[in-house]
Amino acid sequence: MKERGAQLRAWLFVLPALVLVAAYLVYPTVQTFRTSLFGGTGFNPTRFVGLRNFIQLITHDSLFLNVVHWPPSGALVNNILWLILFSGGTLLFGLLIAVLAHGVRLESVVKSAVFLPMVISATAAAVIARFLYSPDASIGILNAGLKALIPGFTPVSWLGRSELVNYALIATGVWIWTGLSMTVLSAAYKSIDTQILEAARVDGASPWKTFWRISLPILAQPISFVALTMIINSLKMIDLVLVMTAGGPAGTSRVIGFSFYWEVFNNNLVGYGSAVAILMLVPLAPLMVVQVRRIRRQESGK
Amino acid sequence: MSRESAVAVRAPVHILRTALVLLLAAAWLIPTLGLLITSFRPQSDIATSGWWRILEAPRFTLDNYAGVLTARHFFNNFVNSFIITVPSTLLPIAIGALAAYSFSWLRFRGRNLVFLIMVALLVLPLQETWVPVLRMQRRLGLTGRYLAIWLAHTAYGLPFAIFLLRNFFSELPRELFEAAKIDGQSEFGIFQSIVLPLSVPALASLGIFQFVWVWNDLMNALVLLQDLKKFPLTVAIQSLLGQYGSEWNLLASGAFVSMSIPLLVFFLLQRYFVQGITAGAVKG
Repeated sequence: MKERGAQLRAWLFVLPALVLVAAYLVYPTVQTFRTSLFGGTGFNPTRFVGLRNFIQLITHDSLFLNVVHWPPSGALVNNILWLILFSGGTLLFGLLIAVLAHGVRLESVVKSAVFLPMVISATAAAVIARFLYSPDASIGILNAGLKALIPGFTPVSWLGRSELVNYALIATGVWIWTGLSMTVLSAAYKSIDTQILEAARVDGASPWKTFWRISLPILAQPISFVALTMIINSLKMIDLVLVMTAGGPAGTSRVIGFSFYWEVFNNNLVGYGSAVAILMLVPLAPLMVVQVRRIRRQESGK
Repeated sequence: MSRESAVAVRAPVHILRTALVLLLAAAWLIPTLGLLITSFRPQSDIATSGWWRILEAPRFTLDNYAGVLTARHFFNNFVNSFIITVPSTLLPIAIGALAAYSFSWLRFRGRNLVFLIMVALLVLPLQETWVPVLRMQRRLGLTGRYLAIWLAHTAYGLPFAIFLLRNFFSELPRELFEAAKIDGQSEFGIFQSIVLPLSVPALASLGIFQFVWVWNDLMNALVLLQDLKKFPLTVAIQSLLGQYGSEWNLLASGAFVSMSIPLLVFFLLQRYFVQGITAGAVKG
């Protein structure tokens, strides 16, 4: 009897959280799945179309996936580009700055400078990046710098050309998120036992070799954590693309998250957009499992 | 290698390394610095010469800030950001702390499973929920009310709040709980008199993270808050960028008004801030 009372009270403590999480995260996700099976315009589409939204997306929506023309293009392809270059870029720069800045005077100043874009909103970051990329060489320092360096250089519209826009966006993403990668990797790098590094040095290993053979393997775990975080973030990417280009020019900088937003809130195709949202879960579901496993391992390690 | 030659090699390498690091830091800072300088330049100067030529004719003004704060409801948006952010920070901490306490120190069937579901939900993109949440808001008559966005941010913030606080709570020494139980304290009494006071650093990290996250949020406000008059700064700047994409005097000063609050928090409470952001990096 006493035990049942304790159980009940334990549930009472989690009840408000459970109700909210069920109402705002679990139930709506199930509903979005249901909505993805319906077609037409309007907020409550009623025409059941089965999997036709998904088939249309994969086979007949050139802005989502176009494999007819080489090279393949569309939101899905852009997102793969994001996944590779954004995750790779943040890891590379994060590791580089973490290792190079270690022990340098002004280390904390350097790290604050790199972390700064993490602090501000994607909206503010987008304003800063659009200013940097401005095609007007008396406003955008990127074009001004290139013009000063290369004779006869004509200013480039970095966000206005379909072959450049994705790289310009991804570079902005890397600029924002490197601070996180650097912070995690720097903390891990500093926790490496200096005696091991000292021993390697005494044995005559070059700093380069010491880094590759000793430091990097020790950093494998934090690196995989950062990689997982960045992959998840690249798959969810939406606000930066919306504010910087709204998917343009001509839809060439769309990513999956943006396609969802555009189909639902701009084109009023709620069922179709929901199908995009559900497709997003295909790569994310296994990552959820990885995340849960990681947490469980941490728990049992305690 | 002898000690002397090692030092001789190390010195130039060290200088090179320092130079490279400073160069990277400069590259990271220049875009922001450029916009900051621009926000203090007269409109006519912005249009005619780059900010990097500021030293050729240094002229500064506060007109841009005066302009943006008085025009286009921008000041209202600033106030709205606070109205949205403060309850959206306090509610998930309170509700999350209660749940995290139960997850770490009380026993109930299914406890681990429910907790792992919470962890999995950290990865869920919030996009998955928007359409049905909008429908629900309409059914409950919440459309266009602050309560709608407070509840949404609270719910969206809970998985991370519970995750972070449970980690911290479960590290508290067991003896404290046993002693309190022998003294006949209730579960809620223990929560109030032991758990909360000992968890101030974790609560601070979480509070700062959630505050800045909500303050910086664009998408949830844009989608779920269906009232122009209630929009926060992020939405105001986004629409400014859409309509006046080249009015850099307004954009620059507007962006810095919106950045001022998170930057202030960052520089005052850097340690908690970095801890919180690092732990919550996948939320969204």
